[in-house]
Amino acid sequence: MRIVIIGNGVAGITAARYLRKLSDHEIIVVSEEAPYHFSRPAMMYVSMGHMTFDNTKPYEDWFWKKNRIELMHDTVIAVASSNAGLHISLRSGSTIDADTIIFATGSEPAWFGWTGEHLPGVQAYVHKSDLEALERNVQGARNAVVVGGGLIGVEAAEVLHARGLHVTMLVRESGFYRRVFPAEESDIITKHIAAQGIDLRLSTELDRIVGGENGGRVNHVISSSGECIQADVVILATGVKPTIDLATQSGLNTDRGVLINDRFETSLPNVFAIGDCAQFEHGVEQLWYAARAHGEHVARVIIEGAGPYVRGTYFNSAKFFDLEWQVYGVIPPESDESNSVYWNDASSTRSVRIAHNNGIVVGVHGIGVRLRQETCVNWIESCTSIDIVQKQFQKAVFDPEFTRKVTV
Amino acid sequence: MNYIELTVPDAMRNHGTMWSRWKNRGVPAYLLALVLTGFYILVYWFPEPLAPLASLLDPLAQLLRGSAADRWFLYGTVYTVAVLVMGVRMLLRYRTQRYHVYRTLTLMTVQLMMSYLIPALLARMGSKEFYFSYFWPLKPEYLFPSNISALVQSDNGLLMFMGFWTITMTVVATPVLTYFYGKRWYCSWVCGCGALAETAGDPFRQNSDKTLTAWKIERWMVHSVLASVVAVTGLIWWANVDPASPVAPYAQDANNVYGFLIGSVFSGVIGVGFYPLMGARVWCRFGCPMAAVLGLLQKYASRFRITTNGSQCISCGNCSTHCEMGIDVRAYAQRGEDIKRSSCVGCGVCATVCPRGVLKLENK
Ligand SMILES: Cc1cc2nc3c(=O)[nH]c(=O)nc-3n(C[C@H](O)[C@H](O)[C@H](O)COP(=O)(O)OP(=O)(O)OC[C@H]3O[C@@H](n4cnc5c(N)ncnc54)[C@H](O)[C@@H]3O)c2cc1C
Ligand code: SF4
Repeated sequence: MRIVIIGNGVAGITAARYLRKLSDHEIIVVSEEAPYHFSRPAMMYVSMGHMTFDNTKPYEDWFWKKNRIELMHDTVIAVASSNAGLHISLRSGSTIDADTIIFATGSEPAWFGWTGEHLPGVQAYVHKSDLEALERNVQGARNAVVVGGGLIGVEAAEVLHARGLHVTMLVRESGFYRRVFPAEESDIITKHIAAQGIDLRLSTELDRIVGGENGGRVNHVISSSGECIQADVVILATGVKPTIDLATQSGLNTDRGVLINDRFETSLPNVFAIGDCAQFEHGVEQLWYAARAHGEHVARVIIEGAGPYVRGTYFNSAKFFDLEWQVYGVIPPESDESNSVYWNDASSTRSVRIAHNNGIVVGVHGIGVRLRQETCVNWIESCTSIDIVQKQFQKAVFDPEFTRKVTV
Repeated sequence: MNYIELTVPDAMRNHGTMWSRWKNRGVPAYLLALVLTGFYILVYWFPEPLAPLASLLDPLAQLLRGSAADRWFLYGTVYTVAVLVMGVRMLLRYRTQRYHVYRTLTLMTVQLMMSYLIPALLARMGSKEFYFSYFWPLKPEYLFPSNISALVQSDNGLLMFMGFWTITMTVVATPVLTYFYGKRWYCSWVCGCGALAETAGDPFRQNSDKTLTAWKIERWMVHSVLASVVAVTGLIWWANVDPASPVAPYAQDANNVYGFLIGSVFSGVIGVGFYPLMGARVWCRFGCPMAAVLGLLQKYASRFRITTNGSQCISCGNCSTHCEMGIDVRAYAQRGEDIKRSSCVGCGVCATVCPRGVLKLENK
């Protein structure tokens, strides 16, 4: 059997690795962005000089050949199915026949048709090409505007700040990440970002982007409140959307993403979709961790006929400049004393919140405190009472040795 | 001082590390490597040109050791100053992490006291110039019969203490401490080579080679050196016990060859000279027999490991990039596996640079 995977992001690559582990089938990965898999969340570390681009590759280049995973640096332009099987056409002109296809095409920036969004100096921060664009755009630049207060937005702001630019951030919510964070946590992050020297404009959106004289590079942006903000670089970090054009053109059912059931099966037989581009009945799961889990599970479905994919207890993590954040389970943004226990140390940059539902723990949240996933998830999944969790909290602390104690 | 409160919003950052020509094998790095290598060659084999420099230190040498400064005093002073000055840099850079603060302070203190002041004072007292922080097999001669029996059988209490110290540290403390804390108790908290690597060498840590090939070479080399030092020590003892044996005449030659190739060329000239090119742990990783012993203990008889926090790894590679021992930490972390590698010196920098809180040094 020949299995072709479209996209060498973490979803596609994990699928390829597990397919190899579980079978002897022929595996081909076609991807257009980069010849070898790299870690997308690591892009910012390249832009800040913490790592080289080569350092973002999780596997050495010999790995693929040794594991008989064929890599093709090309773009899939069409997928067709006939009685003879599946057929893939590549931009380079060649075609591949396949027995099984996995769409792992990921996502792309979601922009909203702003005036001026195509001016030179305006970019996204999602793909390798954006990394390269940033290198060009920061040359000689002094002011930058980041639009969007999500996880990519804050990374973009940190990168531009590290490159010595004065950064203004336009954030729709009234507090940073307030849509996800309870008020106290949002406040800690908001203050921390402001303390770095980022000009944070809350409850503010982008109205339009304006170029300089003679239609050149971006010069300034106009905010929803009518303010004019100087900008030599603009990063639009207003979210991502699944990359589905190829799937739609190939006749797969799509909505926001490629529609799949809980075994990653699309509307076409022997065609699967995983990672950022896939949409379950309940929606999309656009996370690194989810994409990795999808990749493993789809391999089990294809090789072992595994049953439905069951997502474990939710978890996520990020870093807001110097502050790390980790979450397990559910932390409603409207959490308060009535349904959560909150701890915050004297310096007020470290905090822990344990959310509960009538005394039963449903979520654990840490800022500036590392939390052990196994312990937190275990508490949540076994419906542990808040008293027990508070009493045993040290078990969940994953901070480096000698770090000051958390006293929830 | 409560450095946590003062500096939390100002954590360790690696901004620009990969663009620095000093840190990333640019021309200045090669020049520095040349200077360092040259200095070692002069110290070991052509000390003449260093004499005027050494004589500048005469007052200090008189004060500490009660004798004029020679090349070794010059070398020891330069080394200790490097550890102290770059140690201060290290303390500033990693000030928000107590683990680094404590171990850096310990390394600086041990270097200053055990490797510099105490040996000098011992020399001044007319006693044996003894380094309490070095043991066999890093200092093979400490377990040679000439040395050990002289010390243990001495009627001078201090010398006797040195003898028992050496034996106890080598035979008892090393395995026991390594069992509880891993190799790091020595390599990242006590050892003088470690002290220089962790302070002066910190800017170069990302230059270590992370490939699988490098790991293979490392295992061959470091264990060969260990085998050599065991052989040399065995020969010396054999020759001592049975002076008439056919190997006796060669024992001292073998020791000399080892001393030249491993003790001088490898640990000194290459070990420090190549800091800017291959990272600061070239010697520790490819050559040090003490590291090999501790590594075997760490791998097979220790509670120490770096644990991985569930599935939180985003495969970014910061940990691998900044591992001075060239361990591909990410390869384990992204699979959710604990890291138990004999070469790990437990410096803890992987855990510090990890943006997702995935790694923790634990003795469990
Ligand atoms: C800056 C940034 C930081 C992030 N940080 C985090 C984080 O910290 N934690 C987290 O959980 N998530 C993070 N994410 C999200 C995470 O990166 C994604 O969820 C994950 O990469 C999705 O993996 P994937 O394999 O589905 O898709 P992708 O990584 O997007 O890979 C899809 C690949 O398919 C290729 N492709 C698409 N169409 C074709 C075609 N027709 N032919 C050939 N190739 C094609 C694309 O070029 C791309 O290389 C971050 C995202 C960004 C942009
Ligand atoms: S630094 Fe942390 S997140 Fe990055 S690869 Fe290493 S363990 Fe994973």
